[in-house]
Amino acid sequence: MELLLASAVGVLTATGVYLVLRQRTFPVILGVSLLSYAVNLFLFATGRLAVNLPPVLHDGAKAYTDPLPQALVLTAIVISFGMSALVVMIALSAYLSARTDRIDIAADGGDELSDETEEGYGA
Amino acid sequence: MSHLIILPIVLPALLAPFIIMVLRHHLDLQRIFSIGGTVVLLAVALVLTWQAAGGAIQVYELGDWPAPFGIVLVLDRLSAMMVLLTALLALVVLLHAVGSGWDARGWHFHALFQFQLMGVLGAFLTGDAFNLFVFFEVLLIASYGLMIHSGGSARLRAGVQYVVYNLLGSTLFLFALGTIYSVTGTLNMADLAVKIGQLPAEDTALIRVGAVLLLLVFAIKAAVLPLHFWLPASYANAPAPVAALFAIMTKVGAYAILRFYTLVFPPDLGVTAGLVGEWLLPAALLTLVVGMVGILGARQVSRMTAFAAIGSMGTLLTAISLFTPQATAAALYYVVHSTFATALMFLVADLVIERRGDGLEPTAPMPQGGLIAALFFAGAIAVAGMPPLSGFIGKLLVLDAARADPDMRLIWAVLLVMSLVAIIGLGRVGSLLFWKPHDAALGLALDAEAAGDDVAAADPGPRAPGLPFVAVFALLGALVLLTVLAGPMSSYAAATVEQLYDPTGYIDAVLKGP
Repeated sequence: MELLLASAVGVLTATGVYLVLRQRTFPVILGVSLLSYAVNLFLFATGRLAVNLPPVLHDGAKAYTDPLPQALVLTAIVISFGMSALVVMIALSAYLSARTDRIDIAADGGDELSDETEEGYGA
Repeated sequence: MSHLIILPIVLPALLAPFIIMVLRHHLDLQRIFSIGGTVVLLAVALVLTWQAAGGAIQVYELGDWPAPFGIVLVLDRLSAMMVLLTALLALVVLLHAVGSGWDARGWHFHALFQFQLMGVLGAFLTGDAFNLFVFFEVLLIASYGLMIHSGGSARLRAGVQYVVYNLLGSTLFLFALGTIYSVTGTLNMADLAVKIGQLPAEDTALIRVGAVLLLLVFAIKAAVLPLHFWLPASYANAPAPVAALFAIMTKVGAYAILRFYTLVFPPDLGVTAGLVGEWLLPAALLTLVVGMVGILGARQVSRMTAFAAIGSMGTLLTAISLFTPQATAAALYYVVHSTFATALMFLVADLVIERRGDGLEPTAPMPQGGLIAALFFAGAIAVAGMPPLSGFIGKLLVLDAARADPDMRLIWAVLLVMSLVAIIGLGRVGSLLFWKPHDAALGLALDAEAAGDDVAAADPGPRAPGLPFVAVFALLGALVLLTVLAGPMSSYAAATVEQLYDPTGYIDAVLKGP
């Protein structure tokens, strides 16, 4: 199980990073969501992995699993869900107003913005 | 226990939904409530600072759960100072936003503004690492909305970049917290300080990873060099009052570095010794270089101010990264100065842009050019760190603190040369903006029509033309006051440093309860 979970986190992270580096809105949004799945799994594992154990003590329980990471994951899921909705909305309106889905701003040449950003994302 | 500590978080948290739900179609009422709320906030911040100045550390346990299990808010001298700074800045920025009509150019400015305040103040007050993450998210979500306020293609695209970059930062933050939690089993900052001090030697690798990840996160927020790319485009495209408010947002990163690396990973801790100081110092110096050279190379007024913000963060982080009591005291003085100076620069730049457009090329003279030129001159003096304003004292303190450091020559050289570069850059911008228009050889007549073009394009809402000047003069007044009161301010900073470098008081206050 450790191997499965670790590789799942690793693969999700790698895919997420790759997609974010694609610099187009749709892959970037997908990449960010994959990264947030990865981090949720990772957080879940920080309280050590346990199978079939209740997260809080109750009568008759011999052992329990750490409840705090589950609370953290819950918070993180809520936040990342809200963030995803927000980034979709902003990306959509940026696409509709600029007619391009590239994330790096200076790509379409004539834009008045930032050589600095271009360098940053090129590097 | 006193309930006053939680008021800076609860007040904006209640005000913002009230503004959205009840006042959404009444701009005037929104303005009244928003400004009124910020005035109350300022009063609360003053009382809190007065309480904290005595040296007692107040702890507020939410839901009355004791410390390592429940969430706590902690008020010490550092957080009180930052809360007061935020409240002051917020009031000034709000006056500018109302006066210049920026708040009328889109929806929900005031509600988002209050949410942003809630996030920033929460981040300063919280004593729990995961809660810090939550407040970071609150301030970020609000800042996304504010950043794209009043729309426009360029602003939206810069906004997407800003959002994506910060989402990646948040993911990294969670990874860092997860790593730290998996080693220590706690996320309360005081408890972390105790647990990390007692760690067995074989567990140090993971905690070092956590410490570095956390530093990266804060470095993104503070726009330290390799991670600063989000700042120029975002700040240059954000509405001016929002950019001025964002001056406090980079300081949240600096505050978090200061808090974590004096409390949780103190400089003398064996596990992470040398990890932070060695990496942060070169990065901070490079940040300073990029910022000041960026001023020299900028082709728009807004980008010039954004780079000025990066440059002032460079100086601030140089002082922080030395991690000696004297240097930290200098950093605390400089944090106040650079917040006001950066905000002043953004607001003056807005006055310029409203009158003549953003491009840095000679155009016809702008209306009220003389007054704005004087204000720009004052702002430039503050940003470059020249006497008589407080930037000079701040820089002297930093230089003085760096004397004990082995890299003293390097730090002095970079700070002084970059001050010169900043002066040249700001002088260039100033002469392009204010002197070239009067240059007879260029044949630029006093053509009111040409100057009026950009103004008309900006589509002003209902505005009170005097109020932006009130805001700018208030910031200037704050800088003058900071210069005049340098003595009391330095002794407050010294007392704060005493608290920071002796965290036992903080730990006892949190873990043994109020």
